[in-house]
Amino acid sequence: MSTPAKVVRPYGDTTGDGMVQVSFTLPLPHDKRAEGAAAQLAQKMGILAPLVVHAKAMGPEFTFFVVYGAVSHLVDVSAVTVIERDYPLLTPAEVNAAIRSRLRRKLVVVGACIGTDAHTVGIDAILNIKGFAGEKGLEYYREVEVVNLGAQVLVPELVERVRAERADAVLVSQVVTQRDAHLHNTREMSAAFREDYPTGTAPVLVVGGPRFDEAAAGDLGVDKVFGKGTTPGEVASWLVHAALPPPRHRSTDERKSA
Amino acid sequence: MSSTTARARTALLDLDPLVVRRARSLARQATRPVVRIARTHTTVSVERALLRMAGLAGADADRVPWVNHLVDAVRSQVGLEHGVALPVWDALARAEAPDLLTLAQKASSGAVDLRLPSGREALRAAKRSRASVATGIRRIDRSRATRDRLVARLGDPPRRPWIYLIVATGDIYEDIGQAQNAAREGADVIAVIRSTGQSLLDYVPEGATREGYAGTYATQENFRLMRAALDETSRELGRYVRLTNYASGLCMPEIATLAGLERLDMMLNDSMYGILFRDINPVRTFVDQRFSRQVHARAGIIINTGEDNYLTTADAVEAAHTVTVSQLVNEAFAKEAGLTDAQIGLGHAFEIDPELPDSFRLELAHALLARELFPRAPLKWMPPTKHMTGDVFRGYLLDGFFNLAGALTGQSILLVGMMTEAVVTPWLSDRDLALQNVRYVMNAAGNLHEDFRPTPDGLVATRARHVLGEAVELLERIVADTGDGAARRAPLLAAIADGTFGLMKRPADAGKGLDGVVARTPGYVNPAIDLLEEGATR
Repeated sequence: MSTPAKVVRPYGDTTGDGMVQVSFTLPLPHDKRAEGAAAQLAQKMGILAPLVVHAKAMGPEFTFFVVYGAVSHLVDVSAVTVIERDYPLLTPAEVNAAIRSRLRRKLVVVGACIGTDAHTVGIDAILNIKGFAGEKGLEYYREVEVVNLGAQVLVPELVERVRAERADAVLVSQVVTQRDAHLHNTREMSAAFREDYPTGTAPVLVVGGPRFDEAAAGDLGVDKVFGKGTTPGEVASWLVHAALPPPRHRSTDERKSA
Repeated sequence: MSSTTARARTALLDLDPLVVRRARSLARQATRPVVRIARTHTTVSVERALLRMAGLAGADADRVPWVNHLVDAVRSQVGLEHGVALPVWDALARAEAPDLLTLAQKASSGAVDLRLPSGREALRAAKRSRASVATGIRRIDRSRATRDRLVARLGDPPRRPWIYLIVATGDIYEDIGQAQNAAREGADVIAVIRSTGQSLLDYVPEGATREGYAGTYATQENFRLMRAALDETSRELGRYVRLTNYASGLCMPEIATLAGLERLDMMLNDSMYGILFRDINPVRTFVDQRFSRQVHARAGIIINTGEDNYLTTADAVEAAHTVTVSQLVNEAFAKEAGLTDAQIGLGHAFEIDPELPDSFRLELAHALLARELFPRAPLKWMPPTKHMTGDVFRGYLLDGFFNLAGALTGQSILLVGMMTEAVVTPWLSDRDLALQNVRYVMNAAGNLHEDFRPTPDGLVATRARHVLGEAVELLERIVADTGDGAARRAPLLAAIADGTFGLMKRPADAGKGLDGVVARTPGYVNPAIDLLEEGATR
C-alpha cells in the first residue's frame, strides 16, 4: 500500500473531485426562491457549484432538499487528533488469566444506566453474554463477576450497591440524552463516588455511549470514556490495563532457585 | 368495534388447533394465580385513581398532586388495607371538609381526622363513595360514546394497517403542531412519547408541560390539549385520528383513568414491561395492570402490548417464542380484565439480524404466526431498531422490507420506522421520507397477500409451527416453576424472577414501588372496581 495522502478531499467518482451530498429542510414553502435559498446555504457550507437535485414540499411551510456539489475544503490528515487505544487488546482467555494472576479473585463489575435513560442496549451489549459485534459480553468472562442494575438507577442507589458488592469497576451507560443530560448525569455520578470514597480508593469509573467525547474523561471526573461502537473485548482489555494491580514479575533468581 | 377487527384471512400456516388450544389454556393457567394476587392487593396508585375518578384533581404549590396527599394521609392515619373510599367519604360525611379538594388540602397539613367507619357509618361512606366515583365512570362512558360518534361521522382510516407515528418534542405545544402535520401527511394514530423519567415517578404531573427528556409528560391537561387538536384535524381530514399514550410505570391506574376521561384511543399497556425493563415490583405491576385494563375495557381503549422490547435485548430468532408466550400471557390477562379481542393490540417486531440468511423469511414466519394465532386482535407491528446502525440509507431499505412484511402478513397497526433510528429524534424530513416509504409499499404491494401462499412444508410455515411449539414448551416450564415468597404462590412470578423473559431477573419481593403495595383486608371497599366489574353506571 502506498502511504496515505496527507491532504484529502471527498471522493465522488474521481480522485480530487471533492463531491459531497447533503440533505436538509428549510422552513419555506416550495418554490424557486426556496431552491435558491438552498443553493445559497450550500455555497456558504463550502459547496462551490451546488446542484439542488431534489426539492420536495413537506406541507405548506417546509421544503426538503438534496444537494450535490464539490466542496472547496481540504483536510490535512496529519493535523487530525484522535484518542488512540493505549492498551493492548486481549482475548477473553488472556483477560481471565491476567485477573487470576494479578487480582487472585474475581474482578467485580457493576453496570447501570443512570438518570432518566431507560435504554439498556449499550450496557447490555457490553455486559450480557450475548455481547455485541460478535464478541461475548463480560458475563462470559469466567473471572469477571457482573452485576447489571439495568435502567434508571439512581446515583445514591448505584453508590450503595457498588459498595455492597465491593466492586472494582463501575460501568455506566448513557444512550438517549437531551440537553446534555448524559454529561450532567456523569458528573453527578463521579462526584458522588469522590464524596463517598477516600481519595484513591474508589473503583474505576467508566462511562460509555454514542454522545460522549472520548477525550472528556478528565472533565467528567471518570477514568475512561468509551464512544460509539465499543466492543466488550475493548472494555475487558482496558479493565485489565487500568483496574488491576500491576503484574508481579518474578525475578530470574527466583526462577533459578525453584 | 367491528371497524378495528382485522378482515378475515385464509389460514396460511396450518397451525394445529390442539396446540393452539393448549397454548391458550397454559397461558390462562399461568396467569390465574397472579390474578388472584391482584384481586387481594391494592396499591397507592389504584387508590389515587379512585380519587381521580371521583373528580379530585390539581396539585399543591410544589406540584404534589392532591390525590397523593390524601392517599398518604389515609395511609398514615388508617392504613390502606381497607381502601381509601371508606375513610375519605366518612370524613366528608362527618363534615371534616365540604368537598374532596378541601379535604385533601386539609389532609396535607395534617388538619383532618381520618378513621375507619363501621356499621351504618361504613355503609353510608360506601354508598357516597360509589355515587361520587360513578360520576367519573359516567364521564368515561360519555367519552367512549363521543369517540363512537366521531368515528361514525368522520370514518376510520380507509385501509389497513393503520399508520402509527410518534411525536416526542418534550413541549406539548410543539407536539401539537407536529402531530397535526403528521396526521395531514397520512398518520392514523399519533403517539406522544412520554418523558423518559415518568414511568418511575410515583405521581402524575399536572398541567400543560413544555419540557421533558426525549418525550412529553403525560398529564391530564396535555391529554386534553392534544385530543382537542386532533379532533380539529380529524374534522379537517374527514377521518378520525387516534391518540395514544402510555399507561405504564408506577402510575399506570391513574394514567389509564385520565386517558379514559380525556378520550385517548389507545394506550401502551404491557403486562410485564414495567417489571422487566423498569425494574418495577412485579406484584405492584400486576395489581396496577389489572385495574388499568379494567378501565381501558370500559373506555373502549385499545391496549398495545410491548413484546417488541424483548427483541431489543434478546435475539429475535432464539427468543421468538418468548414473544409468543408474552402475547398469550398478555391476552389472558386482558381477557380476564374484560377487554375484547378488538381491544387487544398485541405487539411484535421486525428485529432479526439482517445479516442472517433468510432473515426476511423468518420475519414473515413470526409475523404470520402472530396474525393466525390472534386473528381478531389489532396487531401492532414494530419497526427495526436494534439493527439500525446509523447508516440511514441501509436503514431506509430495512424499513421498506419491514413495511412489506407488514402488508404481506396483514398487520393491523404499523408503527412507522425511521431511518434515523438510534441517531436523532425524528426530523420532519425523516417522518416525511418514512411515510413515503410506507405509501410506496402499500400502493405497490398492499394486496400482495392475496397471492401469498407459503408452501405448507416450506421454511415460513415450518418455522412458525416450530416457534409455537417452543412457546408451548416454555409455558409448560413456567406453570411448573416454583420459587420462594410471593413467587411460590404464582409460578409466573417465579419464572419472571428466573430471567425467563428478556433475560432479566426480577424477583417478586424486590423492585421499585414495592412499598406502595398493600394486602387487602376482607372489608376492603373500592367502588371503582365494583362499578367496572358490574358494568354499572351508578
